[in-house]
Amino acid sequence: MNVISNKWIGQRTIRPDGADKVTGRAAYSADTTLPGLIWGKVLRSPHAHARIKSIDTSKAEALPGVKAVVTAKDLVDFPLDKSVMLGIQDMRWMCRNVMAREKALFHGHPVAAVAATSEEIAAEACRLIVVDYEVLPHVIDIDDAMQPGAPILHDFIQFEGKPSNIAGKLEHKLGDVEAGFAGADVIIERSFSTEPVHQGYIEPHACLVSVSGDGKAVIFSSSQGQFMVRAMTSLLTGIPQSDIRAIPAEIGGGFGGKTIIYLEPVATLLAKKSGRPVKMTMSREEVFRASGPTSGSKSTVKIGATRDGKIVAGQGTFYLQAGALPGSPIRGAAGCAFAPYDIPNVHSLGFDVVSNRSKVAAYRAPGAPIGAYAVECVLDELAEALKIDPLELRLKNAAKQGTKAAHGPVFPRIGFVETLEAARAHDHYKAPLGKLQGRGVASGFWFNAGGESSAQVNITEDGNVAVTTGHPDIGGSRASIANITAELLGIDYNRVSVQIGDTASIGYSNLTGGSRVLFASAMVVTQSTEKVITTLRERAAKIWKIDPEAVTWEDGEARPAGDNAGKFPGLSLADLAARASETGGPIGAGVQLNTTGAEGGFATHICDVEVDAELGIVRVLRYTSFQDVGRAIHPSYVEGQMQGGAAQGIGWALSEEYIYDRNGKVDNAGFLDYRMPVCSDLPMLDTVMIEIPNPKHPQGVRGVGEVPLVPPLAAVANAVANALGKRFYALPMSPPRVLAGLDGA
Amino acid sequence: MAKQHISTTINGEPMEFLCEPHQSMLDVLRGPLGLTGSKEGCGSGDCGACSVTLDGRLVCACLMLAMEAEGASITTIEGMATGEALHPLQQKFLEMAALQCGICTPGVLMAARSLLERNPDPSETEVRFWLAGNLCRCTGYDKIVRAVLETAADMRENAA
Ligand code: FES
Ligand code: FES
Repeated sequence: MNVISNKWIGQRTIRPDGADKVTGRAAYSADTTLPGLIWGKVLRSPHAHARIKSIDTSKAEALPGVKAVVTAKDLVDFPLDKSVMLGIQDMRWMCRNVMAREKALFHGHPVAAVAATSEEIAAEACRLIVVDYEVLPHVIDIDDAMQPGAPILHDFIQFEGKPSNIAGKLEHKLGDVEAGFAGADVIIERSFSTEPVHQGYIEPHACLVSVSGDGKAVIFSSSQGQFMVRAMTSLLTGIPQSDIRAIPAEIGGGFGGKTIIYLEPVATLLAKKSGRPVKMTMSREEVFRASGPTSGSKSTVKIGATRDGKIVAGQGTFYLQAGALPGSPIRGAAGCAFAPYDIPNVHSLGFDVVSNRSKVAAYRAPGAPIGAYAVECVLDELAEALKIDPLELRLKNAAKQGTKAAHGPVFPRIGFVETLEAARAHDHYKAPLGKLQGRGVASGFWFNAGGESSAQVNITEDGNVAVTTGHPDIGGSRASIANITAELLGIDYNRVSVQIGDTASIGYSNLTGGSRVLFASAMVVTQSTEKVITTLRERAAKIWKIDPEAVTWEDGEARPAGDNAGKFPGLSLADLAARASETGGPIGAGVQLNTTGAEGGFATHICDVEVDAELGIVRVLRYTSFQDVGRAIHPSYVEGQMQGGAAQGIGWALSEEYIYDRNGKVDNAGFLDYRMPVCSDLPMLDTVMIEIPNPKHPQGVRGVGEVPLVPPLAAVANAVANALGKRFYALPMSPPRVLAGLDGA
Repeated sequence: MAKQHISTTINGEPMEFLCEPHQSMLDVLRGPLGLTGSKEGCGSGDCGACSVTLDGRLVCACLMLAMEAEGASITTIEGMATGEALHPLQQKFLEMAALQCGICTPGVLMAARSLLERNPDPSETEVRFWLAGNLCRCTGYDKIVRAVLETAADMRENAA
C-alpha cells in the first residue's frame, strides 16, 4: 500500500460529471445530432423461428426519402465452421445476432434495416420489405428444448453425437463427491427454476454514426466499452479499426447488457451506403424483445453434511437458457455456486441450452445469482435439518485464505468470514418479527476481473491535472479516479479533471464490466501519477541543480530533502508547470497494462419480508447487505452498487419475468407489464462495507459492482420460506404464484 | 395534415415551434427545441424519465401532445437551476450521490421538486409513492429518497 495519508481516498467527493447530470446537459447516446442526419430503423422477424428464403427490398428502396437498405448480405459473414473470438464473444453468433442470416431465430430478430429522411418514412419502408419466410416449429423453455424431438435451432450443434439444443457444457470437479456423500449424515437435494430477467437499464440502445467520403467512421454511442464498439463494428463491417473512432456517450445504465452491440454496425453500413449521418434508437419494446436479458434456468443442487454441520459434498447441475445463439453464463453459475464454502468434494456442471428467445447478454455477475440461489436455499434447509443457525452453518464452512475453490483458485486473503460475522452481530439479525413475517440470509461470490486498461495523466500549463481513462463511467468511477489522483499528488480534489477518452485518444481499455473498472483503472492511474511525480521531482532538481534523489514530493510540492532539506522553498505543481518548457517540456505520463490480481468478492445479505396472504404480495420490510469491498475509494458509490444490486435481486426474486405467448412472442415487452421494483416497493437498503484490502492492489481495491446481485434471490426466498413455513422453488415469487402456492398448502 | 404552429412558454421564455398533430411534447423538446435533458426511457408513460411540468402539474412529456403546449407554460430540467445556482435538490443529489448513471435523474428531480412544492414536509412513504412513477435501475432508490427528505428539511429550515 503506497497511500499513507487519506485526505481524498475514502471521501464522499462530488463527482466531476455530476453538475451536467443533474442539469440535463450530459450527452447520452440519443442526445446528439448532426447536420443532414437521417434515421435508421430495423425490420424484425414476426416469427419465433423461420428460414429466410429471400428478402426483396426493391419497393423499400424505391420509396422517396429512403437513402439506404441493409440486410445480412452487407455484413461480414462469419462461417459457422470457424470460431472467431472477440473477448468472450464468438463473432459467428454476434454477426447472426445483429442481423439474421440463414434463419430468424426469435420474434424480434433483425432481418433488415432502412435509413430514411424521417422516422416515419423509415418505418414505412420497413413495411415494404418483402421477406419470404418458411415458418418452423419453435421452442421457448429449457425443458422443452431438451426433449427428444424438440425443434433444433442449429443443425451444426451436436451433443453426445446427436443434433441438440445443448450447445455447451462446463464442469468443475474437486475431490470425490460420491465418497463425500457416503460420509454425510444429512443430505438435501432440491430442484429450482428461475425466469430470464432483463438488465432494465433506463436508457435504450442508441447510436449516431457518420462515415466520411474516405470511409472513416465516427460512432457516438453509449456502451460498456468504446473499444468493444470499435472492434465489433470493424469485424462486422470490414472497416479497419484505424478508420473507426468510437466516442463514448454518457451511459444510462448497462449492468452487462451493453457489453455487446446491436445497432452500431448496422448504422455504420447505412451511413456508409447513404453518405449521411445515421441515428438509430431502440424503442423500449425493441429493448425487451431483441436485446439480451440474462438466462432463465433449471437447476438441481445436492449438499451433504455431517451432524456437526461440516459440509462434506456439494453437487450442482445448472441448465441455463442461452437464447437463440450459444453463450449463456454457465461459468458464473457453476463456478460461483459453491465458491463461498470450503467443501472437500464438489461436482458442478453447467449446460448451455439454446431456444427461440433473444440471445442473452451479460447481467451483473452473469450466472452467479442462479447458482447461488439454488445453493443458498439448500443450505437454509440444511441448517434447519441440522438445527443450526443459518449464519453459523455458513461460518462453519466459510472459505478463507488458503481454501481451494472448485473452479480452481486457492483464495488469498478474503473477507467472507467478516461479512458473516458482521451480519451475525448486526441488530437486524436479532430484530423481532411479526405474523407472516420472515427473515432470510444468503451469501454470494463473484470472481471480479482485471484485464487491459490505459490511462494518461497530464499536468496542465496552469498546474492542474487532467486524467484520461478508457472506461465509460457507469456509476461514479470518475469521482473515484479523481480521489486517487488528488491523494497521490497531494492536491485539492477540485484541481483534477477526469475524462473518458475516445478510441483515438487513449490506449486500448477493456470493458466496463466484471467489476473491473476501478480495480484496473486505479492501477494505471496510480502508475501514471507516480511517473508524473518522478518527473516533477526531476524538474525541481534541475531548477535547484541538485540530484533528483534529493527531492521529495510532499503535500503537493517538491521539497529538497536530505542534506539540502530546507535550502530552497518548495516548488508547487503550478510553479513547476509554469517552468515546464525550460526544464524539459510538457509534463505527463501514460501507462497501459494488462492488470492481474483482481481476487474475488464476497457478500452476505439479510432480508426481512412480510407476505400478504390474501393478495399474494411479498413486501421487503428490511434489507441489509454486508460486503467485503476491499477499499472504498468513494464510499457513496460503493454503497450505491450494493443498494442497486440488492434492488435488482429483489425484482428478480419477486416480480420480474418474461412471459411468452403460444407463438413465441414476448407478451410483456414494456415497463408496465415487466415489473421492475419502483420506489414504493422497497425499503431503505442498508449497507455495511467491510474493508479487507486486496493485497494485490495499490489501494486495496476489490471489484464491488457484481457481488451485490448474487445473494438476494436466495435471501428473499429464504425469508419467504421463513415467513410461511413453506418454500417456493421457482422464481419469481409473484402474487399469482404465491397465491397458488398458498392454496396448495 | 399540415404542421401546426404553437406558441408556448418554456422555462419562462416565450417559444414557438411547428409540430405534427400526432407528435409528443417529448419529441419536440428533444428534437427541434434541442432540450435533451428530458429523457426517453419508454415513450409510454411508464418510466418518468421525461417528466416535465405543464402549468405547474407534473406530466410525462412522452404522453403529452406537443399541441397541448399552446398557451401553456412548461418547465423542464433545463429550467431547474437559476443561472449558476443549482436548485437545492440538484445540489443535494450531488452531495448524497443520489445518481449513478444519471439517466433517470432529470425526471426524478422534476418529480421531487413538484412534490416539495406541494408538500414541504413529506414522510418517507409519501416520497416513495410520489416517486413511484420514476424508474431508477441503478440506485435502489435509497439515496434518492434520503436526498429528497434532506432537501425538504433544509428548505424548511431556510424558510423558517
Ligand atoms: S419516456 Fe415518458 S414515461 Fe418513459
Ligand atoms: S441512476 Fe441510473 S437509472 Fe437512476
